[in-house]
Amino acid sequence: MRIDPKVKLQLIIASFFLLPNFIGFLLFTLFPIAASLVLSFFQCDLLQTKDIFSWKFVGLENFTKLLGFYRDSGILKANDPEFWRYLWNTIYLLLKIPLVISASLILALLINRNIKGRVFFSTSFFLPTICTGTALYMLLRWIFNADFGLLNLFINKFSLGKFEGFKWLVDPNLSKLSFIFMNTWIEMGGLGMLLYLAALQNIPQEYYEAASLDGADTWEQFWNVTFPMLGPTTFFVLIMNLINGFQEGFQQAHVITQGGPAGSTTMLSYYIYNQAYVWNHMGYASAISWALFVIVIVITAVSWKFGSKKVFYG
Amino acid sequence: MANFKVTKKIHIISIYIALLALALIVLAPFAWMITTSLKEPGTVFEYPPKWIPQPLTWQNYTRVWDAIPLGRGYINSLFVSLLITLGQLITCSLAAYAFSRLKFPGRNKIFFLYLATLMVPTHVTMIPIFIILRALPEFLNSAFRTNFWTSDLYMGNFYVGKPLGLDSYFALIVPFCFSAYGTFLLRQFFITIPKDYEDAARMDGCNDFQIYYKIILPLAKPALATLATFTFMNAWKNYLWPLIIANSPELMPLSVLLQWLQGLYTTDWTLLMAGSVIVLLPVVIVFSINQKYFSHAMHVGTITH
Repeated sequence: MRIDPKVKLQLIIASFFLLPNFIGFLLFTLFPIAASLVLSFFQCDLLQTKDIFSWKFVGLENFTKLLGFYRDSGILKANDPEFWRYLWNTIYLLLKIPLVISASLILALLINRNIKGRVFFSTSFFLPTICTGTALYMLLRWIFNADFGLLNLFINKFSLGKFEGFKWLVDPNLSKLSFIFMNTWIEMGGLGMLLYLAALQNIPQEYYEAASLDGADTWEQFWNVTFPMLGPTTFFVLIMNLINGFQEGFQQAHVITQGGPAGSTTMLSYYIYNQAYVWNHMGYASAISWALFVIVIVITAVSWKFGSKKVFYG
Repeated sequence: MANFKVTKKIHIISIYIALLALALIVLAPFAWMITTSLKEPGTVFEYPPKWIPQPLTWQNYTRVWDAIPLGRGYINSLFVSLLITLGQLITCSLAAYAFSRLKFPGRNKIFFLYLATLMVPTHVTMIPIFIILRALPEFLNSAFRTNFWTSDLYMGNFYVGKPLGLDSYFALIVPFCFSAYGTFLLRQFFITIPKDYEDAARMDGCNDFQIYYKIILPLAKPALATLATFTFMNAWKNYLWPLIIANSPELMPLSVLLQWLQGLYTTDWTLLMAGSVIVLLPVVIVFSINQKYFSHAMHVGTITH
């Protein structure tokens, strides 16, 4: 087949620009995606001693082990109860989302006016977002320490010494709640607040004037003007938080609790880490990561379908 | 009318009180971190706790400096993040030029492929990359009959890790130098640049590379700065990948090094907090200097990520 010389020249020029990125894209994105799908049908264990792989095609076994159930004397039991437990942990920690969103909206509403120290306040609220990382998580581990942590000292002082405080990170029933509080503290002045601030500035002032002419007080103005106008932002922040929420949490748990106590802060991302890099079950870990991928796809698809209809775009 | 003024004043004052209370909640833990880092190791368990350390001591800072190679950690974090940023700026801007200014068969299909991968969780791609990087040095050794690919490399006395695979700068940097997200971000900006500039340059005899280098890049400075900030911050914060790649402390970036410190001194709080302060201080300084840039980068980052 002969190629038109003009097209040939186009291709040569285009490949000069595209190839550096495309080779990397091929090697570090496309190929790994395909390889990971293939891996999820294999039992692939990396043996610790020498770099020897043991590969075995197992068909759908990884997925039946991950998602399947069996009947044990009439009671339905999961093949991998750990997975469901960690999925539950991951979903439980999503409870931070309503807290983060409402807190960031409140912060944005408070800052969004002509006051002294506006930059100081917004910078302060944004500080935890900037500092997120091992150092900040280590600090939070110290703040939430059951015996000498700042939080419990504070509770103790406020209850006039009657109450010693909570066993935040030690008690499996409180550890997830601690994480939710921490994440609310970190994220309330973050991206959500910035997006809300930008959105608030885009609401035309006339809407408020019209509302106050109709006799609406501040509260009514908020629910009838501000809140609906912020709809797209709220929706966007919600979806971003949902998608990230299923994937994040590894570093926080790894630094603060190592996933404990009793696995109560182990999330899906941590489970993948354990399976893949601690226990070397690469095939099984790939299967879990694909389950995670499917969750992300479903959220995105639902939000696309739902988003365009229900949200008021002013 | 006077009544109205009074209610307005009360309104403003209550807003200030709310803001100050919230700022206190956010800032108090940071203050506590600094206080703890300046206390003598035994005194953190005293009751009631003191906000001003007595006696005040700097010894935790020298202790932490001796305990782990923090200087090396800084060099690693900076070096790795800078190279990843540079790599992405080059490869993404070149590809974005191809997607926005050039015509060639299959362009839209390839671009769609890029977009489709934006949703894929990093956990999916990390596993195969890890397996390959782990197996590659042994494979190359036996293919070329050397020991080079598993050997330790030095520059003078400076340990620079292995050439490839685990415990190498290669593995820490190269997989992150290509980004579908970065390409997308720059492409969106490049298509807004008017075609007239390009036509005029072509009349003057410029070729595509000259147009890219002399016209598009200077005009796209804001987009490039945004991508650079965003990439650098992400690379600086990266944790999981260096955790599984860097096994020797000499190659650990700060995020992993600090976790390593915590493993060694679990409840030595004054030492741990001194480490936290040392790691956070430059971040806070850089942030307060470039405050506007950061928020802008984060802003754009969420919209397109």
